[in-house]
Amino acid sequence: MPDPFMTLGEKLALQGVTRRTFLKYCTSLASLMALPPAMAAEMAEKLAKSTRQPVIWLSFQECTGCTESIARSHSPTLESLIFDAISLDYHHTLQAASGGAAEAARLASMKEHYGKYILVVDGAIPMKDGGVYSTIAGISNYDMLIDTAKGAAAIIAAGTCAAYGGLPHANPNPTGAVSVSDIVKDKPIINVPGCPPIATVMTGVIAHVLTLGALPELDEQKRPKVFFGDTIHDRCYRRPFYDQGKFAKTFDDEGARNGWCLFELGCKGPVTRNACATLKWNGGASFPIESGHPCLGCSEPNFWDAGDFYRALPEPAGKVLTTAAAAVAAGAVIGIAAGAIGRRKKAKAAAERKPVTSDDLK
Amino acid sequence: MNDADFLLWVRGPGMIIAVAVFVFGVLVRFLEMWLLGKNVDLAEPKGAAFGAGVRTMFTRSAPCGEEMCDGGFVLFSSWAFHIAFVLIFLFLAPHILFLKSILGFGWPALPKALMTILAIIGIISMVALLVHRFFHAVRNFLGKTVDYVAWTATFLPLLTGYLAAHSPLFGYSMSLALHILSFEIFIVLIPFTKLMHMFTVWVARYINGAAFGRKGVAV
Repeated sequence: MPDPFMTLGEKLALQGVTRRTFLKYCTSLASLMALPPAMAAEMAEKLAKSTRQPVIWLSFQECTGCTESIARSHSPTLESLIFDAISLDYHHTLQAASGGAAEAARLASMKEHYGKYILVVDGAIPMKDGGVYSTIAGISNYDMLIDTAKGAAAIIAAGTCAAYGGLPHANPNPTGAVSVSDIVKDKPIINVPGCPPIATVMTGVIAHVLTLGALPELDEQKRPKVFFGDTIHDRCYRRPFYDQGKFAKTFDDEGARNGWCLFELGCKGPVTRNACATLKWNGGASFPIESGHPCLGCSEPNFWDAGDFYRALPEPAGKVLTTAAAAVAAGAVIGIAAGAIGRRKKAKAAAERKPVTSDDLK
Repeated sequence: MNDADFLLWVRGPGMIIAVAVFVFGVLVRFLEMWLLGKNVDLAEPKGAAFGAGVRTMFTRSAPCGEEMCDGGFVLFSSWAFHIAFVLIFLFLAPHILFLKSILGFGWPALPKALMTILAIIGIISMVALLVHRFFHAVRNFLGKTVDYVAWTATFLPLLTGYLAAHSPLFGYSMSLALHILSFEIFIVLIPFTKLMHMFTVWVARYINGAAFGRKGVAV
């Protein structure tokens, strides 16, 4: 069993990671987070000296995709090693303990590290009917969040469900699902949306907190600006085709085979902020657009209800044709009525008209 | 409401409301005018109505030689922004997607570079016409609030569309949402302002010209 007080540097060395490799990783991480170059060395030093940061991970109304994304990395990467190096005191998918023992581990960590632990939440929180739609050890998600958030130094809402409500929140939202920030108002919250979120973004955020002792700069939706500052469209390698007006019209036409822009196939890249186009997935292998599929906008609020995935952004999201037909019917009725009133007024004016004669002018 | 919610609203409920008001309003006005009819002219015709009507459709569209032409500036600027507006609306690729989703069919787009040039021409022409209106005593006197409302409603879709395509100041979501919203305001105002001329202009000119022609007045 590894020494719980072993620093990250010692642990990485034990696993055969050289200082050079670690420095390279920190340099790329610093660059990724738009930190000054000098910060790379400082980051490496602080990360290497850091002891295991206690983390409590609560999984609520979710599909475990967020955990899969981060825990089941393509290969044992440095990101996963850093995850090994945090003290993941509670995570009911990954931990060996179950039942009362698991809950005891959570309570013990909360007590021991009160005010210091990082709380990671994935999944939305059901509020309807007293929160009965998702419970852990008989405790509703809402109660567990309120209880655990009290002693947290910061909260990371991992994935779109925790950040914005996600799929459980989608219309008609039968469980009354809400996001973490809808409930917790008095703690620093970092939203790392995505369905699932990118593993590198998660580790980048944690590394930032560990090395700088502060939250990264956030945008108005509490997302780290360094990863969510640009839209997918801004950084997409197919962007030149958009500018040239070259679009794939179907999934198997010449445009699609030539790798042209997927805007007309419903790509939500222009309105989606995430780092997919730069960090990519599966060890930097690819991302959805590179695989020939439009971006679904999964890291944006209400993406599931934001209209047809395959409908282009300029297209209306509602049933315009049905509305227009109803308006034609209503317009015809009112128009004919207005016309009839006009004709009656005209006829009345004609009937009451008194011709002016020369006698009137005398 | 964040940017994404706002965009979703203008693409969904906002568009539905705008289309409903537009279709309803235009149809009511058309039916009202058509059903009211014209009085039968019992006088002996002194000339051909049809030819004069058709001729007037063109002559009123190029009123050169008249005082209001102002050496061609108003004529050129007016035609420039009208042509730019119509071509951009009908032949910009995203607009074709929008129309295709409603009509069920589309057509080839014009190059984006040409659309950009047209948008710039349209914006400059409209601003120039507005400035001219302020400094032209007669136009300034004739101009009413509703005219400036119509100008604004026409100008905003051009401006916001250009910004959304080239330099989204407020981010793409908000820029696109503002562009769609400005278009919705534009179509909502059509039935209730002089913007209705987009449907009535040629008919009105024909009827005027035909009436003059029938009375033997040279047009």
